[in-house]
Amino acid sequence: MLSRRIPQWLQGMLRGAAMAGLAAVLPLSAHAADPKFPTAAVNTTGLAVTDDVVTVGQLHSVTGTMALSETGSVEAERLAITEINKAGGVLGRQIKIVQEDGASDWPTFAEKAKKLLVQDKAAAVFGCWTSASRKAVLPVFEKENGMLYYPTFYEGLEASKNVIYTGQEATQQIIWGLNWANKEKGAKTFFLIGSDYIWPRTSNKIARFHIERYLKDCKVVGEEYYPLGYTEFQSLINKVKLAKPNCIYSIIVGGSNVSWYKQLKAAGITGESLAKKKQILLTISTTEDEVRGIGGENVAGFYACMKYFQSLDNPNNKAFVPAFKAMWGKDSVIGDVSQAAYLGPWLWKATVEKAGSFDIDKIAAASEGVEFKGAPEGYVRIHKNHHLWSKARIGEMKLDGQYNVIAESPDLIEPNPFPKGYQ
Amino acid sequence: MPLILATSFAELKDIFLMQGFAGFSLFAVFLLMALGLAIIFGQMKVINMAHGEFLTVGAYVTVFLSHMVVNHAPKLLPYYFPAAIVCAFVVAFILGYIVEIGLVKYLYNRPLDTLLATWGLSMILQQACRSLFGAREDTATLPEWMMGSWSPSEGLDIPINGMFLLALAIVMVLLVYALMYRSRWGLKVRATMQNRAMAGAVGINTKRVDRVTFALGCGLAGIAGAAFTTIGSVSPSAGSLYIVDTFIVVVFGGAASLLGTVLSAFTIAQSQSILEFFLTGVLAKIFVLVGVIILLMIRPQGLIASKVRR
Amino acid sequence: MHTLYNRALGGRSGTVGLALLCVLLFLIFPLALDNFRLNMMSKYLSYAFVAIGLVLCWGNGGILSLGQGLFWGFGGYCMAAFLKLEAARNIAAESGSDQIRALTTVGLPDFMDWNQITSLPYIWYPFKSFSLTILLVFVVPTLLAYIIGTAMFRRRVGGVYFALITQALCWIMEISFVTRQGWTGGINGITDLRTCLGWDIRTKSAQIILYFLTCGLLIGCILIGRFILSSKLGRILVAMRDGEDRVRFSGYSVSKLKTFIFCVAAAMSALGGALFALNVGFMSPKLVTIEPSIYMVIFCAVGGRNSLIGAVYGAILVSYGKTYFSEMFPNLWYFLMGGVFILVTRFFPDGLAGAVDYLGPMLGRKLFSWIGRAQANFPAAVVPIPVEANEGR
Repeated sequence: MLSRRIPQWLQGMLRGAAMAGLAAVLPLSAHAADPKFPTAAVNTTGLAVTDDVVTVGQLHSVTGTMALSETGSVEAERLAITEINKAGGVLGRQIKIVQEDGASDWPTFAEKAKKLLVQDKAAAVFGCWTSASRKAVLPVFEKENGMLYYPTFYEGLEASKNVIYTGQEATQQIIWGLNWANKEKGAKTFFLIGSDYIWPRTSNKIARFHIERYLKDCKVVGEEYYPLGYTEFQSLINKVKLAKPNCIYSIIVGGSNVSWYKQLKAAGITGESLAKKKQILLTISTTEDEVRGIGGENVAGFYACMKYFQSLDNPNNKAFVPAFKAMWGKDSVIGDVSQAAYLGPWLWKATVEKAGSFDIDKIAAASEGVEFKGAPEGYVRIHKNHHLWSKARIGEMKLDGQYNVIAESPDLIEPNPFPKGYQ
Repeated sequence: MPLILATSFAELKDIFLMQGFAGFSLFAVFLLMALGLAIIFGQMKVINMAHGEFLTVGAYVTVFLSHMVVNHAPKLLPYYFPAAIVCAFVVAFILGYIVEIGLVKYLYNRPLDTLLATWGLSMILQQACRSLFGAREDTATLPEWMMGSWSPSEGLDIPINGMFLLALAIVMVLLVYALMYRSRWGLKVRATMQNRAMAGAVGINTKRVDRVTFALGCGLAGIAGAAFTTIGSVSPSAGSLYIVDTFIVVVFGGAASLLGTVLSAFTIAQSQSILEFFLTGVLAKIFVLVGVIILLMIRPQGLIASKVRR
Repeated sequence: MHTLYNRALGGRSGTVGLALLCVLLFLIFPLALDNFRLNMMSKYLSYAFVAIGLVLCWGNGGILSLGQGLFWGFGGYCMAAFLKLEAARNIAAESGSDQIRALTTVGLPDFMDWNQITSLPYIWYPFKSFSLTILLVFVVPTLLAYIIGTAMFRRRVGGVYFALITQALCWIMEISFVTRQGWTGGINGITDLRTCLGWDIRTKSAQIILYFLTCGLLIGCILIGRFILSSKLGRILVAMRDGEDRVRFSGYSVSKLKTFIFCVAAAMSALGGALFALNVGFMSPKLVTIEPSIYMVIFCAVGGRNSLIGAVYGAILVSYGKTYFSEMFPNLWYFLMGGVFILVTRFFPDGLAGAVDYLGPMLGRKLFSWIGRAQANFPAAVVPIPVEANEGR
């Protein structure tokens, strides 16, 4: 609703005000308790559930270096919760949000998670973004028996009763994408690049195993890591030029992304120039959110492997994108993680309704097989291991910062957080 | 390295040329970052932890202007960038001036306290940027001529933004040199910094000199911020990424010496860039930092010592 | 007995200040706070150890270190390594859990397994033993401080330069800990610590006991600090802060003195780090890097850089402020914290202790003058002179 004429700073302020105000406004429309689900029956463990309100937590960084990535998730979760409230809430109860700031700091995440569970008795928590923040809060959720809906694509090697992973684990995103690069683009040599932390390292490890063991005649010609937030990639670019890989496989995250792509363009590596030499750049870390900061002209012609792109052509997505823009501004973009964050509240609602209870143990047990047919990415279902069945898609980046979806896995890919043969 | 053997000699030459230039453009980045701080910290002894945030302010001014130009006067797109640099300077200068009046001037005799106060300032500026522009990263739409590479021969690509940064850095150094060492005003600044009481006694308005010098340092940071939109990201926390590097460059060069800052930026940039090529990014960073610390132990006064009597 | 009263307790006013702190820590907080908040208080107090160390080496010795997180972190990582090994052994005992399915090498810390490390690295061997771990908690950081101190102070690196170098050291530690993630847990750190010698540290009773342990050790550190400051060494320290060259010309070895006090501060920080790992149950490189190290200095500055007791209040107040502001105003708390730092440095250069000292007489000397005069047995000449003075231009 914010028009392009309103200057950026004003939009920022309005958005900030909206975020702050929303929490206060939401629970205004009170409903009487659904007679079918009396509070005493649906809440046996003392969660913050009353006759007409259920309290959930939202735990993302809104300050610090990660705020730029996590804002999209905050917005998507807010949208989902607003929509659920409009549609009558969960078991007849309106959802009230307690927002906490993780401040891009893992210990703070743990502290706030504990606060949400112990003090606020949140029935569910939607939050975390980085692997580190999830690892920090995981013991808290297991100890205090809470429920976390975690939106980011991540490295796998984890399955907890107290977490629902709405993003892809590593194999869902990597293996199909590499097969595509090999088959469709004829890539035989790969250069693996990542930011220096667990997700890129584990992902590249799986990629390396897949390339060396399962793809015929393929090899890895380089593997490099740079610290988070690093901004100087010219030396790396020269190394890539020297190695001449068919596929540059990039898992650079956060602010580094911008420098990496801008400097690639400045060094003469663009989608066009790569195509001439039968090379491609494939990333699993750059979503529409990041491209907004990089500028479409710097990335046009590169490829990304995700489960969701904003340009996806299906009825769910056609309703979702305008709704998101109506709430957060015409210029806002939606990346893979934001979409996964949007799934969280809806999946929780479906699970609660299936279990007929807010109790954490019952939700955890009922999660398997819960579906969400209205997912913008199409259709998702929760696996026994609390990850989602989802498709993988390849998008080609365009000048306007959107992706052209050019390939899609035929079936839903089974989540496999402990892949055999990749360790 | 079989990899290198497999590559032809001409290609190798190109890579080395490009790698050499990578060092130069890193040098330009370090130099632009450090120039403002070399004045604020080197001359005035104020430990300005908010220096990175002044960089961010400059970057946001550029982004703001670029959005204005794209939306209202797309024809001006090829020309706006120099104007953006000037605006970034002016805005950062004014902000620095206000900060000096409101905060820094009370702390001149307590340099370590400036560290704490400016840390608070950096938090406030960061959050102000976040509230005004949103937490997400933003980008300035660059004029076409600044993007891409200059390719004198097949396989050799010299980044245009790198050349631009290098040119800008050189111009800025010359300007600062002229201002500090070849102008009357610079004489006043140096006199004030060396002996405040004496400078006051000979009729220099030392308070005014302080204000303008501090603001000038901040303005230079603003210019650096504007220039960095060509190579990096613009986000509220972007400035904090640069601050430690910046201090290391200034300290390593010898705090009060402009030549020292130039030399140290060059040494650090080239060694980091070369190490990155032969080792990895992380190891290069560690080795450079350790090297700088060891050299500082051997030569605590930095590369070029100022000749002030201690 | 009398000397002990005067030196360790700091005479009458010192005793009163200490007694008030004890009442607050041992009575009021445990009674007023619920278990969750009390556990957070233990977390704040484990930062207070660093602040006390900084009062010694910065407030009194004139050495500003922006790298205390380094020592704090080493202490914490040593403790966390021990706890993690124990957790790994215990996980091996419970079969069929999610964790056990995730592991290919049972009994190894989970993050090593994720990094394909199949046997325990040699660096980790000492952490199998509890007594050796306790020893290493102190030895590793102190040794490190000794090396840094000797190298720097003998070359007469001081003031701002020392501060910036220690900051760079912090950064090196962070980068290397992050990149060797097979050994250190990388950016995630060492998480999910459960038991210490078979004692579940996550239970309510354990957290209360740990809280009292933290308080007790904190009071111990204050007493040690008092003892050092009231000795001859303490007076030379202050003299050195105010005029380094004069002390040197009087025949004292300035570099040795500085190294000593720096080592003491490092050991105290390390103790705080170890207690943090016990109280909070994890350790991460985010805690040892530049930003937390600056916060540690801010604790000390807000409390009063010359006052050991003030430093404790500073650590509690700033940490609590951070928690409170960020809970109340998740989008605005940076403004509030930043504003507080600016106001404190601008108007109260000696922090809370200085403010109390200054306002005390006006509000009734008897009632309020206890904090700032905690070191009342100091010579009256201890007027805080800018640390830069020892640069002597």
